[in-house]
Amino acid sequence: MTAKLLVGTRKGLFILEPQAKQWRIDAAMLLGDPVTMVLADREGGLHAAQDLGHFGVKIKRTRDGGTTWEDRPVPKYPPKPEGEEDVDPTRRTPVPWDLKQVWALESAPNGDLWCGTIPGGLFRSRDGGESWQLVENLWRHPDRKAWFGGGADFPGIHSVLIDPRNPAVIRIGVSCGGLWISNDDGESWECHGEGMRAAYMPPDQAYNRKVQDPHRIVQCPTAPDRLWIQHHNGIFRSTDGGKTCTEVETATPSSFGFACAVHPQDPETVWFVPGVKDAARYAVDGALVVTRTRDGGATFDELRNGLPQQHAYDIVYRHGLDIDARGDTLAFGSTTGNLWLSADQGESWQQLSSSLPPIYCVRFIA
Amino acid sequence: MPSVYFTPNLARHVECPPAKLPATTVAELLESYFRTRPSVRGFVLDDQGEVRKHVKVLVDGRNLRDRQRLSDRLDADSEVYVFQALSGG
Repeated sequence: MTAKLLVGTRKGLFILEPQAKQWRIDAAMLLGDPVTMVLADREGGLHAAQDLGHFGVKIKRTRDGGTTWEDRPVPKYPPKPEGEEDVDPTRRTPVPWDLKQVWALESAPNGDLWCGTIPGGLFRSRDGGESWQLVENLWRHPDRKAWFGGGADFPGIHSVLIDPRNPAVIRIGVSCGGLWISNDDGESWECHGEGMRAAYMPPDQAYNRKVQDPHRIVQCPTAPDRLWIQHHNGIFRSTDGGKTCTEVETATPSSFGFACAVHPQDPETVWFVPGVKDAARYAVDGALVVTRTRDGGATFDELRNGLPQQHAYDIVYRHGLDIDARGDTLAFGSTTGNLWLSADQGESWQQLSSSLPPIYCVRFIA
Repeated sequence: MPSVYFTPNLARHVECPPAKLPATTVAELLESYFRTRPSVRGFVLDDQGEVRKHVKVLVDGRNLRDRQRLSDRLDADSEVYVFQALSGG
């Protein structure tokens, strides 16, 4: 049985638990400040990344389920060398060597913690978050400076996939900057994802791997070469660990969105929460839908049972959808503060709350 | 001796009582403060050691001039206030 659901929002962290078969909000914590990411580590600790606005980004950890929280070190960017040219290529504004947002937190099988950030630094902790080290060879990679901000002012790493077969194989998703892979524990990096298409670029640049905007990349834990990508202008799949990608054009009513979730045992089964592309960003026709493929993208189901079909304008951010380890229970939360859960792989949905703050991330923990 | 005060909004996140410390510049004053309270540093300065964009520092009633190096000079009885800059309406 799935034990808990963590929900990070604009105004704090909420923990839900199933009580008599009904999921309820069991605790509200860290109230008043945005929680941009949460992570349950392998030692039972819970990490919450906060954006305190005026006072910067912080990380807190609890080891007692949220009764007490302690301040933890945050990833820190190195001193920017005098005269270093580092400018967002689109906006022509200097890229700050300063932590702006924790956008990804992951726990690797070997116990390492990984942190993807805006403005584009990848950090690793080998001591449970006691200290963080910048992955220098990615940050110093000459192509890193070609990354550019999309919705955020600066580029960022939102997806960090540690290969369950070998923790030295690391894949990351960058908005905007494509899909990058290291096969040697972060020593060397290469941009892959051949086949991704950027509709927002001139035709001769559309297939440039380095300008792609994968909104979210997920990896099937039992078939790690199978990746699914909710991209800025479509859905892509990879069957070779991200080296090449194929566009999936069968999803209706839209293939624009941010979030996706893959079944933990079946790489052919994937869920998305689409919206109107790409500037408008609201549920198509004001009717909220989750799309699901069970056959690797050949066909899609539109799952609407229990979701509002009139005047719904919810958008689900890239970390706003999750599936539990068993593969039956899904949850997603929206910018409108609505939270839904399905215990039957999306066939039917129940609304758990309609009054939460805007939701940034949703995560099951066992 | 110069003194430093922090906005109560910061005390919500980290203990930061006022202090009197020997210093001739704002940088010296804050460095001295951070030596005894290292956790306060990251709330006031960014990763490059500059004053955070939305933090306002007043030195004897005027805005800090050098937000990069904090080289503004202090008198023996100077008062430094670390506030939130107004943002977001």
